[in-house]
Amino acid sequence: MKYWRKPLDADRRKAPHGNVHVIFERCKGCGFCIAYCPRQVLEVSTEYNRKGYHPPVVAHPEKCVNCRLCEALCPEFAIWNTLDEQDAQSEPGTINENR
Amino acid sequence: MNPNQLVIGRGTADAHPMEDFLRMDRMPHIWCSTCGLGTCLTAFIAAARESAIPREDIVVVSGIGCTGRAAGYLKYDSFHTTHGRAIPFATGLKIANPRLKVCIISGDGDLVSIGGNHLIHAARRNMDLTVICVNNFNYAMTGGQAGPTTPQTAQATTTPYGAFERPFNIPFLVDSCGATYVARWTALHVRQLTISIKEALLHRGFSFIEVISPCPTVYGRRNRLGSGLDLMKFYHDHSITKNFASTRECDIRYQQDIIVGKFVQKEEPTYLDSMNEQMKKALGAKFVPYIGPMDPAKDV
Repeated sequence: MKYWRKPLDADRRKAPHGNVHVIFERCKGCGFCIAYCPRQVLEVSTEYNRKGYHPPVVAHPEKCVNCRLCEALCPEFAIWNTLDEQDAQSEPGTINENR
Repeated sequence: MNPNQLVIGRGTADAHPMEDFLRMDRMPHIWCSTCGLGTCLTAFIAAARESAIPREDIVVVSGIGCTGRAAGYLKYDSFHTTHGRAIPFATGLKIANPRLKVCIISGDGDLVSIGGNHLIHAARRNMDLTVICVNNFNYAMTGGQAGPTTPQTAQATTTPYGAFERPFNIPFLVDSCGATYVARWTALHVRQLTISIKEALLHRGFSFIEVISPCPTVYGRRNRLGSGLDLMKFYHDHSITKNFASTRECDIRYQQDIIVGKFVQKEEPTYLDSMNEQMKKALGAKFVPYIGPMDPAKDV
């Protein structure tokens, strides 16, 4: 789903990097996180969990920008983000001077 | 406020950031897959943490129904009341101890139908309560009977040929009864909903937030609207944000555009303000204004 527009200063900003954590057995497979992730980080897993749902798998971990939308949308409290520790110094929206 | 600056607590690699605020021994919750109620709960916890109100001062009350389970899952002081009586219970709590922030999380059937009279009178009195009404357009827990919010022509168990009753326009109802904060969002508008709940918690007076939430198992299935994800996509494409729109024009028609936004925000004397003022006028110096019981931790 492509609903997002590209910000005007996207090339000058450094995006933070996040890690996605999924509790495989808690998920009820609603797919909100997969559908609404603005960077398409998640994909539907081929495996079933114990409840018989297909939880998301982190298919592209490098793409996550720690926006935490999946965490806010998840009705099961089964997915959340943490800011990448190596990247912890860069606050969202800091200007990337290396580019 | 910039939504990007929301700090909804940071999780660690092992624990979800909301786990401290949920009764994890009751998880997994009973809500169906793709139901929007868990999302509303996340928004509530995020808003309660954002508002910086101490946890012991927040009380959550709920009635009966799918949404009525919310009080049982939240690790706040919470109470699960009888059907429709969430607002009277909350009113009693608020009067007994006006320092508390009393929130009601309940469904449309509980608040507008069975508890409809309590809702309009709490709004009329401007009781200092925060009401979060999760609207899924039917009585979902009992099998999908038509309720006072079911849009015309929608299918329900009790209306196999389509609903024909005129539904309530809930923001208009509470606005005309005198509510001082009225907003409506869908379960997809998580950031806006969090900001709205936070504003409502910090608002003095009767604040009301309607949350349109997908019901995949009953309303969605009977009307062949697809899963909760399809309903969420519908909300994305068909909700129009109109802040301070006239609530008269905010009625919901079956599968048509939904007007969302913050409709009313005004300051007016609350029930206890009015009582203290009138009693002071009538009794003069004899009257001691009512501020509730002494709190030994704060008043000494």
